[in-house]
Amino acid sequence: MKISFPHMGHSHIAFKWLVENLGHECIVPPEPSKKTLDLGVRYSPEFACIPFKMLMGTYLEVAEQGAEVILTSGGCGPCRAGYYWVMHQYLLEEMGQDLKVIAFEPPLCDIKDFWKKLRWIRKTGGVSWKHFAQVMKITWEKIKAIDDVEIYSHEIRPYEIKKGDTTRALTRALDDLDKAEKIDQIMEARNAGIRRLDEVLCDKLRNPLKIGIIGEIYVVLEPAANHYLQIMLGEMGVQTHRSIYLSGYTRESAITNGGDAIYQIARPYLDEVCIGGHGVNSIGETILYSQHGFDGVVQLAPFSCIPEIVAKSIIPSVSRDFNIPVLTLFIDEQTGKAGVQTRLEAFVDLLEMRRQSNEKATRLVV
Amino acid sequence: MSKIGIPRTLAYFVYYPFWKAFFEELGHEVVLSSPTCRAILDDGVKEAVNDACIPIKIYHGHVLDLVGKVDWIFCPRLVSVRKHGDFNTETFCPKFLGLPDMIRQAIDKLPKLLDVRVDLKKGKDELFQVFSQVGKQLGNGVDEIKRAFPIAVKAQKNYCKLLSREILPHVALEMLEQNCKQIPQETEHDLKIAVVGYPYALYDAYINAGLLKILEKEGVKVFTQDMLSDKTLDRQARSLPKSMFWYFSNRAVYGGLHFMKQKDIDGIIHVTAFACGPDSMVDRMLEIECRRHNSTPYLSITVDEHTGEAGVRTRIEAFLDMLRYRRDRDEN
Repeated sequence: MKISFPHMGHSHIAFKWLVENLGHECIVPPEPSKKTLDLGVRYSPEFACIPFKMLMGTYLEVAEQGAEVILTSGGCGPCRAGYYWVMHQYLLEEMGQDLKVIAFEPPLCDIKDFWKKLRWIRKTGGVSWKHFAQVMKITWEKIKAIDDVEIYSHEIRPYEIKKGDTTRALTRALDDLDKAEKIDQIMEARNAGIRRLDEVLCDKLRNPLKIGIIGEIYVVLEPAANHYLQIMLGEMGVQTHRSIYLSGYTRESAITNGGDAIYQIARPYLDEVCIGGHGVNSIGETILYSQHGFDGVVQLAPFSCIPEIVAKSIIPSVSRDFNIPVLTLFIDEQTGKAGVQTRLEAFVDLLEMRRQSNEKATRLVV
Repeated sequence: MSKIGIPRTLAYFVYYPFWKAFFEELGHEVVLSSPTCRAILDDGVKEAVNDACIPIKIYHGHVLDLVGKVDWIFCPRLVSVRKHGDFNTETFCPKFLGLPDMIRQAIDKLPKLLDVRVDLKKGKDELFQVFSQVGKQLGNGVDEIKRAFPIAVKAQKNYCKLLSREILPHVALEMLEQNCKQIPQETEHDLKIAVVGYPYALYDAYINAGLLKILEKEGVKVFTQDMLSDKTLDRQARSLPKSMFWYFSNRAVYGGLHFMKQKDIDGIIHVTAFACGPDSMVDRMLEIECRRHNSTPYLSITVDEHTGEAGVRTRIEAFLDMLRYRRDRDEN
């Protein structure tokens, strides 16, 4: 069976390995490009959010390459993302594409359905449960290793002397991880990747600004959707910290259903635990970033994303109370890279001035 | 005895008779905001977050209209009203879930907010519990609440009865307001059209530029999903691969599915707000389902701050012309 899946950050490295080792052929989704988005926009409902459109485009691209099945995630609401697969299936059928979308609903909602789908994949791939479990474990390790390397790259980038060095080192580290087959190889590749990043020529005397990145999971995780915002900020000399990583997200939302702590923090502003997506998280994390001494926060969300709109309407008060500037970027198919860059540069300038005037104030007091 | 303000939008069109009866029975005065108008919309646009949809902006306007006139504003946090959906997780749109918080952050000099969490998933008794909380916040005793509650339930039942007799909700609300028992006479019509969408987009004549009036004048009998019983609506759930997550959206989709299976319905109109999140799914799904069900004619009308009467009228006229042309062709 030719299987494909949505593209999200660097996770395709791990998922490719998973699909291939379960005895299927993997059609690796291409990184979303202008063409992907154009295709997606043409066939998607006008007000669907940009993740929907990008996935639509990706599905059509992999269908062209011969994919027969798409594996994706479901959801139990109230965020629209849980309904994507139904709509995608409808639209693919309308277009006459012979592509089946199989979605894994959160196991906590429907454990039977979850097992049924897992068994189907295992059986059609012709592997034993034991092998299956092992492959899952290694995939999980890969996901974690990928995240580790990426997180570290965002810490290093603002110090780099030659622009682009860190990104090159990261690409090579990810290539190594792509080739790793066993758990010890993955650990080795991970450590080698971290070393590679350490070897990047750095100016350690810099004191970069620190910006936290919050918002909707897809536009935060997929650099092609947010115009490589983290790399852009890094090369402007800003250290970025992202609130969501796939490894963290899967652990919290899909398995343990945790994240209660963040709801408690957001409670004074939004007294409802489940407004869908990462709406509540956006509010709670803004507070956390402020408490951890970050200089500013960038909120990323797709245009017309409901939970993030609710969050956006509340964030001004949080920003005022906790004295932390927040820049909200709503992204749609019209958003251009230059537009994002200009706004980020202005935001960074403001933060820089703010820091200087704060320092001056403290010096005067002393 | 206090004055309770109720914004004349969103859930007003669905639950107002209940609220009014309950508060008045407890001895409070209910003050409605003025019907939506330009000033309310402008105020709302100014105060609300710019990315919000027009119904939410208008809600902000209605709240502002009540500021200074009342002691309380009734702004319940509507979470869910039933166990429904594939995982029993049906809720209202996330904007409803965050509404009291949004209002608090956006509007200065706000009167006290009568904010209660309505989550009826938990059980049969829950509605009473919710309204006991409301009553207690207003300083009423348990006895009074116990007496008022059944009266409110009855008022709501009467309202539903009117709706089931194919009376449009805004007309029914007016009838209840004026205590009029007489059923309005049916106007002459040669077409039957189902209009589906959210109550606050359908029955607020300002938002949709008088869409229902236009239809009526053009000789159309209008049906909406709110005239159908819950049972009829929920039966449609089976024909979908997965139910949607939002109460009003499910009603609109089920209503649409029901009407497209009726032979005597000539066409379906879906009214949606610009950039409405749930509707991006609802709209395309209805379109596809209409095509699959015998190619039922389908028109989608998107409303926003700039919707003008001429625009809506032109599209309606074109749609009706097409329906009549199609009917004549079929008859020949």
